[in-house]
Amino acid sequence: MQIGVALRLIPDASGELEIAEGGKDVDREWIDLKLNEFDDQALEEALTLKECGGATVVALAFEGLGADRLLQTALARGADRAIKLRNPLGDDPPARGAARLLAPTIRDLGLDLVLTGVLATDGINGQLAPLLGATLDWPHASAVSGIRFDAGAIVVRQEAEGGFSTTLRVGLPAVIGVQAASRPIRYVSGTKLRQFIGEKFAPMGSDADSGDLGTELVRLERPQSEGSAVMLEGDADTVAEALHTLLIERRLAKGAPR
Amino acid sequence: MNGDVLVYVETRDGAVNPSSLELLTAARQLADALGGKVDAVVAGSSRGAVEALAGIADRVLTATHPALEQYIPEARQALLRSVIVERNPAIALFAYGVAGLDLAADVAVRTDRPVIDFCTKLSATGDEIEATSLIYGGKLRAVSRARTPAVAVIVPGAFPEAQPAPTRRTITVEIAAPPQLDALRTAFIAETRPAEGEVDLASAAKILCVGRGVRDQASVAVARQVADALGAEIAGSRPVIDNGWLGKERQVGKSGSRVKPKLYLAVGVSGAPEHLEGMSGAELIIAINTDAKAPIFGVAHFGATCDLFDLLPALGERLERGQEA
Repeated sequence: MQIGVALRLIPDASGELEIAEGGKDVDREWIDLKLNEFDDQALEEALTLKECGGATVVALAFEGLGADRLLQTALARGADRAIKLRNPLGDDPPARGAARLLAPTIRDLGLDLVLTGVLATDGINGQLAPLLGATLDWPHASAVSGIRFDAGAIVVRQEAEGGFSTTLRVGLPAVIGVQAASRPIRYVSGTKLRQFIGEKFAPMGSDADSGDLGTELVRLERPQSEGSAVMLEGDADTVAEALHTLLIERRLAKGAPR
Repeated sequence: MNGDVLVYVETRDGAVNPSSLELLTAARQLADALGGKVDAVVAGSSRGAVEALAGIADRVLTATHPALEQYIPEARQALLRSVIVERNPAIALFAYGVAGLDLAADVAVRTDRPVIDFCTKLSATGDEIEATSLIYGGKLRAVSRARTPAVAVIVPGAFPEAQPAPTRRTITVEIAAPPQLDALRTAFIAETRPAEGEVDLASAAKILCVGRGVRDQASVAVARQVADALGAEIAGSRPVIDNGWLGKERQVGKSGSRVKPKLYLAVGVSGAPEHLEGMSGAELIIAINTDAKAPIFGVAHFGATCDLFDLLPALGERLERGQEA
């Protein structure tokens, strides 16, 4: 049983995001890249499956800034093999192109199951798990938060809206978009990481892709915050007082303001 | 290709999901611009949903098959692929949610159409659509164009729910179930419903929601005290639930509950699109976040950027004093 995990480095949206000159990309000059948080969950779930069922875990990432460190970290966390894929599509390849580039390598490797994060918020051309599943013509399901092996198949729990969930049995090979791992992300010690710090990865796979997405990005914009929020100024005590008064005025809290 | 707009309708217990009714508003606008009809696809036997779509869609396309009676992603993908190939609509719309994730990109690849995600605005002219999408957790907007036929995924809350037009005649068309439904590689095992008697966020009048900014379980406990003093249910955004600081039944957003309370107090919540879709209909939204650019302030009525770790005890103290008064 071989489990592949597709890992993506994306701009860290918790920091400042500036729009680059030309208006069609974020300014990557000073940006921090981080592992897509759902891909992190996918890797954890793959490692958990390995420990429960004796699978081999193959980490897959596209070449580019930070790719080696990403793959080294995956090995330190417990992946058995790491593969760097050629990337003709530039930084942060769009998911649709990424699916086309990943598919032949996934087939060549003979992977039984591919996990990746349920979504990434850095692009608009579809999410990787369904794009990859459709490209490979493998069954796929997204928003999954629990996977177990079951006699040549997997049983997954798919989280739906409103606290509902669906349990499905999915035949292998399959692609799964992971929402959350079955357990918290494991800690990797510096000592463990240093064991893999010298690892180098020769790029594999195709370096040709049409890049066609059928869409054209016109521009990026910073949302005007609609100006809807009335901002309460001052320190926490002042804001607490203003909020308490507001809640009483709206009959949402009892008491009289000071 | 014609100017028709196709909507994948999600149902639960025979009722049409609100997000699907929102898609039908978008679909009507687009179909009017393109001179086409609005087709609503209902998978499985759901008389209630078909009746609810009368006066809203022009045609309700229904398909029945044992594999369509429960939600099996592969079955829905096969159905949508078959309908889209046969009818060739200019635009196919899906709501951003689990089904939207399972279906939209799949049919886009398999029918060779472009797909645009996270749409909050959508317009159509000639053989092109223009979309505005929220990306990077709502921190930036992407304006893009796609040639039609195309697939678009719309963020819930972006359009009002469609209402029936008394003069519109809706016809129901039974469509053939595709043969792939008899050879699926995915099987339905069970559906789990939220436990009866547990917290029902959807009907709560007041909700205090904590987000990633609370950092640890101890701070969630402080927030819970404030919620108790306020008479509010405590809830969490996805990172809080994933960390196990609150139970899954207390999650607001795409994979949790969709809520419309009188008061929504968001503390340390950034406001990713998947969270906003679950709460932006609240009557009064108050947001506390140290990041003045957090998207939550785009939907909040009142906001503050002070430190939540100082604010929560200060607010809790006032609320408790008010209860004693």
